Amino acid sequence: MADYLFGMDISPITQNIHLFYSAILLTVLISLVAIVLGFALGMLVGLARSSRSRLIRYPATAYVDVIRGTPLLVQLFLWYFGLSVIGINIDPLPAAMLAVGFHSSAYQAEIVRGGIQSIPKGQTEAARAVGMTHLQSMRFVILPQALRLILPPLSNEFVIVIKDSSLAYAISVAEITLVSYQLNARYYEPFTVFLFAALLYLILTYVTSTLMRTLERRVRIPGYGEQE
Amino acid sequence: MSEILIETRDLRKTYKTKIKKPRRKWRGTQAEKQAYHQAVAAKMQKERASAEVAAAAGKAKSIRKPKYTYIEVLKGISVQIRKGEVVCIIGPSGGGKSTFLRCLNQLTEPTSGEVYFEGRLITDPFKEVMEKARLENNPFKAFFATQKVKGRNMRTRRDHGSVDINQVRSQMGMVFQSFNLFIHLPAKRNIMLALKEVKGMSEPEAEKRATEALKQVGLSDKADAYPLELSGGQQQRVAIARALAMEPKLMLFDEPTSALDPELIGEVLNVIKLLADSGMTMIIVTHEMNFAKGVADRILFIDQGVVAEDGPPDQLFNNPKNERTRQFLRRLSAD
Repeated sequence: MADYLFGMDISPITQNIHLFYSAILLTVLISLVAIVLGFALGMLVGLARSSRSRLIRYPATAYVDVIRGTPLLVQLFLWYFGLSVIGINIDPLPAAMLAVGFHSSAYQAEIVRGGIQSIPKGQTEAARAVGMTHLQSMRFVILPQALRLILPPLSNEFVIVIKDSSLAYAISVAEITLVSYQLNARYYEPFTVFLFAALLYLILTYVTSTLMRTLERRVRIPGYGEQE
Repeated sequence: MSEILIETRDLRKTYKTKIKKPRRKWRGTQAEKQAYHQAVAAKMQKERASAEVAAAAGKAKSIRKPKYTYIEVLKGISVQIRKGEVVCIIGPSGGGKSTFLRCLNQLTEPTSGEVYFEGRLITDPFKEVMEKARLENNPFKAFFATQKVKGRNMRTRRDHGSVDINQVRSQMGMVFQSFNLFIHLPAKRNIMLALKEVKGMSEPEAEKRATEALKQVGLSDKADAYPLELSGGQQQRVAIARALAMEPKLMLFDEPTSALDPELIGEVLNVIKLLADSGMTMIIVTHEMNFAKGVADRILFIDQGVVAEDGPPDQLFNNPKNERTRQFLRRLSAD
C-alpha cells in the first residue's frame, strides 16, 4: 500500500490498518447496542413521560433529568468503576454499551414524548369515539403517526450516539478513538492519525443518516406536509 | 311515540382555569403603567366576582385569595331524544352546543348530571364525587374519595360493573368539525381499523363493510386514497362512512361543515340528508340554518349553557317564543 497521500505520510495507518478492523467493529457494536437499548428504554420512558398519571410521569421525569443533567463520561465511570466497587465486575465493553445506551435513552425519551404530544388531540378523540380503549388508540393511531414524525430528530440522536461511543476510550475499550490515540503516541503523527479517525466516524454517521433518510421516505404519510 | 334512545338529566359542566398573576416589571412610561395596572385591576375584580359566584354555589373554598376562575359551560340540560328523531342544535358560539354533544358520548365528562343511553346510565356516578373534590381544590378528598354503592366502597365506574364506555361509544358514531381521519391510513383502512379492533371482525369481513360504507357516501373510487390527498368534503364523507360502518344506533355531528369551503358543504349535507331519510337517529350541531330547517324534526336552541328553546323547526324559526332565540335569528337574517 502507498505510504504517501497528498504528500502526507500515512504509513502509521497503512502499517497498522489491522488494528482498525477490530476498532471499527467495536465502535459499531457499542453504537448499535446503545441505539437499540436507548430506543427501547426511550420508548418506555417517553410513554411514561406523556402519561396522565403522576405516579408514572414523575419517576420518568426524574430519570430524564438525572441522566441528562450528568456528563456521559461520569456515567461511564460509574458503570465501570462504580459497579466493581459494589462487587459487580463488568467488562469495559458492556459497561460502555450500558452507559451510552442509558445516556441516549433519556434524550430519546424526550424525542418520543415530543412526538406523542405533537399529534393533534382530535386523533385520539376520533379513536376513542369509535370505541377504542386508550391503549388501542395509542397503538393503532398515535404511535404509528408519532414514530414517523420523530424520525428526523431520532436520526440526529443516533449520529450523536456513534460519536459518543468514542468516550469508551476512557475505560480502555479498543475502539477507533483509543486505537488512534495509541498510534499517535507511538508515531506522533496527530494529523494523519486523527484525521483518519475523523474520516471513519464520518463514514459511519453518514451511512446512518442516509439509512434514516431512506426510512423516512419509505414510511412517509402521503399528502403530509404538502398542503400550504 | 317510539322509545327514548338517549336522555340527559340536569347535565352540568364547569371548567376551572387558573387566574394569571399580573406581570411585575414595567419598562414603559408612567402613564402607560397606570393604564396597565388599571386594566389588570379591573380584570382581577371581574375574575374575583366569578369566583365569588362559584363560592356562593358552594364550589370554591375561599374567596379571599382566588386562584381559579370558574366557567359554567352547561347549566343543567335535561333532554330526551327518541329513536329515529333528527335533532339539530343551534345557538351562538360559546353557548355550550359542542360541549353538550361531547358529553353525550363522554368525550367530555360532565361535572354533574346523568346521561342515559337506551335506559342505561353511562355517566360515571363516582366521577361526580371526584369532580366536586377537584373543584374545591381538595386533592386529599379527591384521592381518598369513595362512594358507597350497595354497601361497598367504590372508586371507579368499573367497580360498579355496569357500563363499558368503549362499548357504548362504539354504538354512537361521531363526526367532528375537523374530520379527524387517521392520516397515516388510507380511507378504507380508516374505516376498517375500528371494525377489526373494536368489533373483532375478520379482515375480509371488515373490508367488505368498509367498501359498502364508502359506496354509501359516494366515494368507492377513493378507497385507497390517503386522507390528506382528499378534499375537505371528501374527508368529511369518509369520516361519516367510518362512523356509519360501526352500525351505530345514534349519530352525533359536531359542526360537520364548519371547516369546509362553501362549495364543498353541499356534498356533505346531502350525505347527512340521505342518512336522515333512512331513519337514523341523529343529533347535529350546525350553523347551517336552512339545512336545519329542512332536515330536523326538532330544534334545540342552546345559549349560555341552557336549552333556551326546544321545538319543531316551524315553530322555532317562524314563531320563536324565547327572546334570545328571536335575537339570535334576527342577527342571522341581518347578514
